[in-house]
Amino acid sequence: MTFLSDKALERLRTAAAEPDLTGTRYRLLECVGRGGMGIVCAAQDEKLQRRVALKVLDAPGCDGEMETRELADRLIRESRVLASLEHPGIVPVHDVGTLADGRVFYAMKFVEGQRLDKMIETVEAVPDRLRLFLRICDAMAFAHARGVLHRDLKPANVMVGPFGEVLVLDWGLAKILPRQSGHQPRDAGERETAVDNAAAPQPAGSARISTVTEHGTVMGTPGYMSPEQARGDVGHLDARSDIFSLGALLRFLLGSSGAAANDARQIPRPLRAICSQAMAERPEDRYNAVPQLAADVSRYLDGLPVTAYRENMIERAGRFYRRHQVAILLIAAYLIMRALFLFYPRR
Amino acid sequence: MNKILVGVLLGAVLGAVDGATAWFTPAVRAMLLGIVFGSTIKGLIVGLAAGIFARKVNSVPLGILFGLAVGFVLAFLVAYLQHGYYFAIILPGSIVGIIVGYATQTYGVPPATAPR
Repeated sequence: MTFLSDKALERLRTAAAEPDLTGTRYRLLECVGRGGMGIVCAAQDEKLQRRVALKVLDAPGCDGEMETRELADRLIRESRVLASLEHPGIVPVHDVGTLADGRVFYAMKFVEGQRLDKMIETVEAVPDRLRLFLRICDAMAFAHARGVLHRDLKPANVMVGPFGEVLVLDWGLAKILPRQSGHQPRDAGERETAVDNAAAPQPAGSARISTVTEHGTVMGTPGYMSPEQARGDVGHLDARSDIFSLGALLRFLLGSSGAAANDARQIPRPLRAICSQAMAERPEDRYNAVPQLAADVSRYLDGLPVTAYRENMIERAGRFYRRHQVAILLIAAYLIMRALFLFYPRR
Repeated sequence: MNKILVGVLLGAVLGAVDGATAWFTPAVRAMLLGIVFGSTIKGLIVGLAAGIFARKVNSVPLGILFGLAVGFVLAFLVAYLQHGYYFAIILPGSIVGIIVGYATQTYGVPPATAPR
């Protein structure tokens, strides 16, 4: 009896995991990520001659045929959710299909760039970070307007392209809300998508917990999911749950990680107040909609008062000075020059 | 408030203040009304010119330069006509031009661009 070396075993494992794209228009280039349910590969679309990302269901890893079919349905639903969200800030889906071995896949834009949690280290200025955040808010506001919750918003799920384009990824836990009833989501099951699409690499310390969206089930990323999501209160999730995640994301962008605000004192008070309101324990204490949160951040960027923070007279004067600094200094220079002229002729 | 209005109002106010400071110079106090009037008109012209410029060119440095140039030229003309007080007239007039040039670039609503 001969034993296989570790390297050989690893190669066999990798080969077995790689999807067989025979019969499709795609040629496998490399696998770029793996998760509990699926694998994400870079592939070449031979028809259109472009690079795409393929998300393929990892069926052999599932136990039982029923679960496989359920996961396949979810992957298809996820692709449909993404296809319904045509926005520059949301990764577009090109195709959906089934491989020769029965595994379901969908093709999406291959996003080149850096994950926000890596890329943010190169962005020093707070206003630049806030402008990035506003672009994420744009995508999320669009998704909410289409009745879709992300439910797993975190820095690792945001990609920043080489030209500064911001894309929100990984809609595997997305949930479709009924349009007419505002905050009351449809009963869990029928139109929900809840896919453990952990193909994107997970940051240290974060973990997906579950794949099923039945009431009482917890899924999401600790530190970024809302308290009601953490309680598994799936039936009552609405846009304010994503607003909590956006608040956590904002806090991360401002120099502290997730909910662990280790550097909170360095964050300007108005921004801290915005984070606090977005991350309020009770959904009714948060911003009602993403545009409200984005508007507050924009007001801060423009040197205007934010709704989340009541400033005192000194802070107001300081903000007024910062906003009109050049004009104030010019007028001061003029007045000083005038005062000098008043005394000059008398000498 | 559009940029021309910002320029005209600010130019008029600063011009009037500029002229009113002549009260502290006893030699010209008798001509104060004429000085205030002339200075206000000068400020109005600078503001109008800077406002129109700001509608055409969106650049703070260029706006400041333009305001400085117009303020300087007008103040020089006034000083030349008076045969004196060159420094006391040109320096404040130029600074008023800078302020108005900056303000018209920074404040006021730019004209809406018509869709093509």
